Amino acid sequence: MSDASITPEVTGGEAEFGDYIALLKPRVMSLVVFTAFIGLIAAPVPVHPVIAFCAVLFIAIGGGASGALNMWYDADIDAVMKRTSGRPIPSGRVGAHEALALGLTLAGFSCVMLALAANVFSGLFLAFTIFFYAVIYTMWLKRWTPQNIVIGGAAGAFPPMIGWAVSTGGVSLESVLMFLLVFMWTPPHFWALALFMKSDYDAAKVPMLTATHGRRVTRRHILAYTLLLAPLAIGTGFTSIGGPFYMAVAVVLNGLFLLGALRIWRRDEEAAAADGYKVEKSFFKLSLIYLFAHFAAIGAEAGLHHFNVGGW
Amino acid sequence: MPLAHEHEIHARRRSRNFGLGAVLVAFVVLIFLLTFVKVTQQSIAFPDQPVASGKPDAGGN
Repeated sequence: MSDASITPEVTGGEAEFGDYIALLKPRVMSLVVFTAFIGLIAAPVPVHPVIAFCAVLFIAIGGGASGALNMWYDADIDAVMKRTSGRPIPSGRVGAHEALALGLTLAGFSCVMLALAANVFSGLFLAFTIFFYAVIYTMWLKRWTPQNIVIGGAAGAFPPMIGWAVSTGGVSLESVLMFLLVFMWTPPHFWALALFMKSDYDAAKVPMLTATHGRRVTRRHILAYTLLLAPLAIGTGFTSIGGPFYMAVAVVLNGLFLLGALRIWRRDEEAAAADGYKVEKSFFKLSLIYLFAHFAAIGAEAGLHHFNVGGW
Repeated sequence: MPLAHEHEIHARRRSRNFGLGAVLVAFVVLIFLLTFVKVTQQSIAFPDQPVASGKPDAGGN
């Protein structure tokens, strides 16, 4: 192609490197990296730092591949929603076929490399996670059921289990509890977001609980999941990955989380609209701190073990 | 003749090329480190060394 053939239309479709990074959903990847790393260091079998670094990197790339496949399939939804309309595909910077190719390539690459760097079980586990997110959640449940968040949340909950599998080569009660912590946390986190971002999901015709069953039911669901989450999070503190420090964090944060869920449940729409969804927004922010602090506390307990301080 | 004015498209392509180059270099370094760790972590048996779980000798008694 000669330079004379360059036109503004072509320029609009020419992606830069950052656009391909954006396809991998770096913010979601950061959560994947963090929880996978904690799952890895909390496990009782030590891993060489270089292998640990590679394993977390390949898990992150697998998460990024899921993100690219999600953006490829959901390009129509992303184009409608204000929050996502600037993403590389709806904005025209990256072609949908490019996102598909990138997603499939990175998915295969990350699973094979994780299997080679750590063990075959963790590679297969990563492959299942990518399949779960890209096919079960993105292609099937997201557009079909208002419980999409619940089941799709499982994909985001697998990374700490994969991190644990990198270290131990298997699954145990502790890794299942870390999975459940993220799994049960996801619905209240996203439904709180849906309460104050309702116009976006409605416009995209995504069957969010707020649209299909109403906002009263959504508030009830947030409380129900928070009630189930609290004993689970505190119960995790009694296992080998817990300890006094984790327990203190869990008790305080679950108390605050329950209080927030109760306040959301007691409010009606008039009160929420009147103060600009202040309670829902603060609950959403708290949910971010909640997950980070729980996993940070698990990591801290694992670190304290080396000084014979952590754990029970 | 060099282009007097660089179009934005060239900057975007350069960003892609440098980005991909950096990723490839990082991958080579990573594989080198990983291989080094894997090799040094495991004890390697040379062909002339006896194998612990070996089969009986062909001309065994």
